[in-house]
Amino acid sequence: MKFGVVIFPGSNCDYDAYKVVSDVLKEKVEFLWHKETSLENYDCIILPGGFSYGDYLRTGAIARFSPIMKSVAKFANRGGLVWGICNGFQILLEAGLLPGSMLMNSHLRFVCKNIYIKVERNDLPYTQTCQVGQILKIPVAHKDGNYYISQKELLELERNNQVIFRYCDENGNITEASNPNGSLANIAGICNKEGNVIGLMPHPERASEKILGSDDGKNLFWSLVQHTNGASN
Amino acid sequence: MSSKRKAELSQAVVYVKLKEGVLDPQGLTIKKALEKLGYQNVKEVRSGKFFEIVFDSNGTQQSTKFLNEISDKLLANPVIEKFEIEVVK
Repeated sequence: MKFGVVIFPGSNCDYDAYKVVSDVLKEKVEFLWHKETSLENYDCIILPGGFSYGDYLRTGAIARFSPIMKSVAKFANRGGLVWGICNGFQILLEAGLLPGSMLMNSHLRFVCKNIYIKVERNDLPYTQTCQVGQILKIPVAHKDGNYYISQKELLELERNNQVIFRYCDENGNITEASNPNGSLANIAGICNKEGNVIGLMPHPERASEKILGSDDGKNLFWSLVQHTNGASN
Repeated sequence: MSSKRKAELSQAVVYVKLKEGVLDPQGLTIKKALEKLGYQNVKEVRSGKFFEIVFDSNGTQQSTKFLNEISDKLLANPVIEKFEIEVVK
């Protein structure tokens, strides 16, 4: 399997994602500068975390117009796997590849800590090695992670089972106290209707080795490899 | 002053604010700060931003179309924000 990790000016989790694929999964991975337009021969494109364009205007608002984003949209429309993590999620929202938008955290502070998320579905390429209801310990690090969508669209999102991860406590209870940013319905990650494009605020690439405190994040990478290379891998 | 008539500069301001019903944590915090300072008669504070735009073509009609386009495309996120345009000159 071959991953591409996009580097926007201001990306800072690009190497983390790259290292998980190359060193932990031992799979192929290449960096893609944001001016790149060819995405041939990739199975999954990762839009990593960071502060693309300094978060100027709104998070992801400038990066969504980077040349590579037209190719990412085409790649997604052909069914390619597009994975936005944190700032990558914000870019996918601005680009309209995922529904909704991010507001500033309800407490107005940057939040950087380990949190728990509950897996809502495991029929996606990203979560097929997880159990439904499984609790993953993964860190968040953001100031604009307060997921917002209109009430009408939220109903549609829920009806289509597009919510993949919700913030919960360590026992899996979805509570207000376990919501680190004020997101509607404790939403931590969503997918498009087809399930090939996902975005989440937590950082699985920072929690893919035990030495880092948790390797729960590896489940997502590993799922993609199994999905693409087949169960024989 | 140059004897040659200069092309008139058009200026505009675009105000971007959160739509009604969208939570504004900054506005709420500012309201609370005002209350702490003793200003009790403020019912609501909504925060937003504005952009001063100076451009080199004249003709307000065209400018309005242009401003609508850039506001919708880049300056505001239509999912959560709305915008107002004020042509200055």
